[in-house]
Amino acid sequence: MSESVAPLQGFVRADGRKGIRNVLVVAYLVECAHHVSRRIAQHFDDLDVHLIGFPGCFPNQYASRMMRALTTHPNVGAVLLVSLGCESMDRDALREHIVASGRPVDLLVIQESGGTATTIAAGIEKVGAMRTELARQTPVSMSLDELVVGTICGGSDGTSGITANPAVGRCFDHLVADGTACVFEETGELIGCENIMAERAVTPELGELIQACVAKAERYYQTMGFGSFAPGNADGGLTTLEEKSMGAYSKSGASPISGLIKPGDIPPGGGLYLLDVVPDGEPRFGFPNIADNAEIVEMIASGCHLTLFTTGRGSVVGSAISPVIKVCANPETYQRLSADMDVNAGKILTGEASLDAVGEEIYRRVKAVAAGERSVSEALGHQEFILTYKSFEPIGPGCLPVRQV
Amino acid sequence: MREHSAVSSDALILLHPDDNVLVTARSLPEGATMTLDGQALVLTGALPVGHKLARRAMAAGDKIVKYGVPIGSLLAPVAPGEWVHMHNMTSDYLASHTRESGRQATQPSQESNS
Repeated sequence: MSESVAPLQGFVRADGRKGIRNVLVVAYLVECAHHVSRRIAQHFDDLDVHLIGFPGCFPNQYASRMMRALTTHPNVGAVLLVSLGCESMDRDALREHIVASGRPVDLLVIQESGGTATTIAAGIEKVGAMRTELARQTPVSMSLDELVVGTICGGSDGTSGITANPAVGRCFDHLVADGTACVFEETGELIGCENIMAERAVTPELGELIQACVAKAERYYQTMGFGSFAPGNADGGLTTLEEKSMGAYSKSGASPISGLIKPGDIPPGGGLYLLDVVPDGEPRFGFPNIADNAEIVEMIASGCHLTLFTTGRGSVVGSAISPVIKVCANPETYQRLSADMDVNAGKILTGEASLDAVGEEIYRRVKAVAAGERSVSEALGHQEFILTYKSFEPIGPGCLPVRQV
Repeated sequence: MREHSAVSSDALILLHPDDNVLVTARSLPEGATMTLDGQALVLTGALPVGHKLARRAMAAGDKIVKYGVPIGSLLAPVAPGEWVHMHNMTSDYLASHTRESGRQATQPSQESNS
């Protein structure tokens, strides 16, 4: 397994998983509680107090499952739930779920707490007390086979598939060899890669499931009328969805694909996993992922401790809960936005570094950020978060063949 | 701005031996000259980094191959060295949209091209 890798430190949770951060989450359970929650979180101006939430008032199983997974993510140490009072989200069930995970949790209901100002004041007091409690926790040693790392591309261009994406693929190969669980996603951006991807599956049955999952994505986007292709992709030299797909696909590296999971499913062990982010059934709630952060949130719900984000045009986002490491593909973009980037993969095009060298640099950066160093977007205070309506059916037994053995 | 600078070989990348397009490794000015398989060519327009050039002459309907796999089909014939992009090629799966097409069609189009 891993040789001469400096031991990481993690905060151990009751389920045995470890977090690389000890984040205090303030979660609104409907948009009507967003402002109060934001004021509570912003009061602390702390890189480890984050705001998340679900805006909808109508019930949604997926959103409930995601909120349970996110509030008990290993990077989360404590939770304050803020409810308006009349929304559909089952706040008591969510609270009980967090209590069962051993985390400090509290709940404020605005309609029962005297309104905006008094709820903000009460929330600040509760979060203050929970911060004191979290500050007393000490991390324990953690190894790379306890880490889950996701990858996404955003603002892709013609350089993404040549520099940053294959460099992340090299890093993934190192991590998989260390026993880390690595997650790649966005089946709608893998249209055209289904057959080569299926050949990498650990069983023929998993290969067929991967092909079916990409066919589902194609049908879904066909109904939406647009593929996952933004005007900026074309400005940057990408012409077709399958061209963008081939570039995106190289983030997965060369390891065998061990499983196919859906948002909220935790990889059962080390290896490479494909996350299916396109809803099941008839298209109902609009585009599968309205922006990059919706996908990042789904990878976090599947246990990702950090996300490798490759960008050609220049995305600046980070995320709540799990740090985002920015790998810039385009050397000209890097010159303009270097203060937002962790790694300059554009060096591959300017001849300053090889693909392997940049892959190594990303691998070292993963280990440093997992060991507590702030990523660039994290230090800048980026804590974006999106959760929308979706609908999924559970995965079948063929999706995780290793678990059956 | 008519600098007839000769493009060195590392300004264009061949990603896979089967590819019929090359990718620009840096932005190239209009009028840049290059040699492609022994043929001297002049760029008719500036090309940003990450864009594609035809490696040889091709006809409408030909598959464009990049990374060794087809990434779409040509809508019009191209000459060696010609820019290959939205104006002369299309997806074999789902059509790509641009800001311009978005101005005309406010409703999602149901037309299928597969």
